Amino acid sequence: MENLEDTCASLRAQIAATEAQLAGLKRDLANAEAAGKPETGSTGNTKEGLNGTGSRWPLLQEEYKRYGRQMIVSQIGLHGQLKLRAAKVLLVGAGGLGCPAAQYLAGAGVGTLGLIDGDTVEISNLHRQVLHRWKNVGKYKVDSAIESLRELNPHPTYIAHRTHLTPDEAPAIFENYDLILDCTDNPATRYLISDTAVLMGKPLISASALRTEGQLVVLNNPPRRPGDKEGGPCYRCVFPKPPPADSVVSCADGGIIGPVVGTMGVLQALEAIKVLTAPDVSPAADGTTPPRDPPILQIFSAFSNPQFRSIRLRSRRANCAVCSAEATVTLDTIASGSTDYVFFCGSANAPSLLGPGERVSPEEYRERHPPANSQANDKSVKRGSHTVIDVRDKAQFGICNLENSINIPISNFLGSAPVPMASEYETEASQLPSWLPSELASPESNDPIYVVCRLGNDSQIAVKKMKDLGLDRNGQRFIGDIRGGFRAWRDQVDPEWPEY
Amino acid sequence: MTKSANGGAALSITVEFTGGLELLFSNERKHNITLPAQMDDGSQPNIAYLVRYLVDNVMKDQRQEMFIMEDNVRPGILVLINDADWELEGEEKYELQQGDNIVFVSTLHGG
Repeated sequence: MENLEDTCASLRAQIAATEAQLAGLKRDLANAEAAGKPETGSTGNTKEGLNGTGSRWPLLQEEYKRYGRQMIVSQIGLHGQLKLRAAKVLLVGAGGLGCPAAQYLAGAGVGTLGLIDGDTVEISNLHRQVLHRWKNVGKYKVDSAIESLRELNPHPTYIAHRTHLTPDEAPAIFENYDLILDCTDNPATRYLISDTAVLMGKPLISASALRTEGQLVVLNNPPRRPGDKEGGPCYRCVFPKPPPADSVVSCADGGIIGPVVGTMGVLQALEAIKVLTAPDVSPAADGTTPPRDPPILQIFSAFSNPQFRSIRLRSRRANCAVCSAEATVTLDTIASGSTDYVFFCGSANAPSLLGPGERVSPEEYRERHPPANSQANDKSVKRGSHTVIDVRDKAQFGICNLENSINIPISNFLGSAPVPMASEYETEASQLPSWLPSELASPESNDPIYVVCRLGNDSQIAVKKMKDLGLDRNGQRFIGDIRGGFRAWRDQVDPEWPEY
Repeated sequence: MTKSANGGAALSITVEFTGGLELLFSNERKHNITLPAQMDDGSQPNIAYLVRYLVDNVMKDQRQEMFIMEDNVRPGILVLINDADWELEGEEKYELQQGDNIVFVSTLHGG
């Protein structure tokens, strides 16, 4: 009997949701038909009773209930709710920032939400990209996200753009929206989004996060034509030059705590609601407009006290490449490719510091040094003594490591004082960095040293540094790295090695 | 006013690194820095002097290019003077005041 009641309850809920969706579709249709007729007012100022459905009330009964808790907050009100419903917001990126931002904007009743992302859901996304479900691994992120959003709120119109944002498509996509959220993860796309937002006259809410920290800034607000000093600064005003590509760290490499990026995405949604529902500023009697708050950069640092910091930013830059009177970036230069974002931001090259003789594959290493309990380890195979140095940081070493390997994080190699040149014969022990185990520096030992890391980049740097320190005794001792690091190790030697 | 190590008047300020820059500075976010209140030529120490001072005296990491570029703070680092973008305060020419809080923030790109 209980099962039957559950089934009925579930069916009733589904009917209610479907009816709400149907009502939303009818209203969309009515709005679309009304849009074809001469306009009588701006879409943001829908008059009560004139919502196109012929109803006495501008919202559906269900919408009053659904949005009531935010509508009774004076900063929103019915007027704000109608503005949200009329608004079209584009989220570029459906990841750690885009998921929570979209969730709150859908919940708040933003009328049209577009999501653009060419990625598919991976299991390593799920700890922070809260709209994606385990069953949707492999699916386009935008489809996975919209599936969740529809379950949350069937009223909004959701638009999926299953692609990465490209310069030739960006202006045409942005044109259909009122507000842009930058929820991406790389500088080249951030510049493209900001430039396009300025040139298309859209305010932009930009956020980012890494490890334990996040940053948030509202840009091009108010949106004004290039050269108009009243407009808010753009990304290029704040960061006219991109950072060196080597200094850019991704969440995959640097790590990210879910609620840190979640905090930033939620704040983006909040700023979006503030921008969309802001009262119209009308000039005072003398024609002047009231002064605006200065642009602010919010910095969040989870392990600092205080956690939040508000930084006053500059206004528009007088020689900004896109929003000033001296602008050189235009829709034409973006479309033609003469504004080249990939070239502008550069790309970090995987280092190739070592020659073939200084690198061994995981398989070769395993052949040279079979494990102690291996079948191959009979008297016919001489297991030479050797050292494995794992240069991943302490946290990664703690997740998984090779028996008998020693951990010297790459930061030790990079952070040490300048080292004596290899040409200085007879390296004094006192000149060697303190983090180097003395047995490695012992002049009696010519045992080989193998360096390993996650992907095989840092290991090369460490090999080079040790040779600079003279530890290879002018070539008498082998020092090399395990090519491809633990990723290759897993592929070639140990399929049970944890992949993180 | 406090005295510096060599007996001259000294200027005490707080310097903070965030956004990953702390990794270049012994993984310490907050540093109390004491500078001479007056330079040899009679001028006051400014941000340009502070940046040089940090590189020469505080930074142990070899990767100077991750902090400075062509003798200036590298692109992608914001300098904040008492919670304002340094561009509002005169950038590297800003003369340091007793008790100033200077923050170097590396911009983040993850999302």
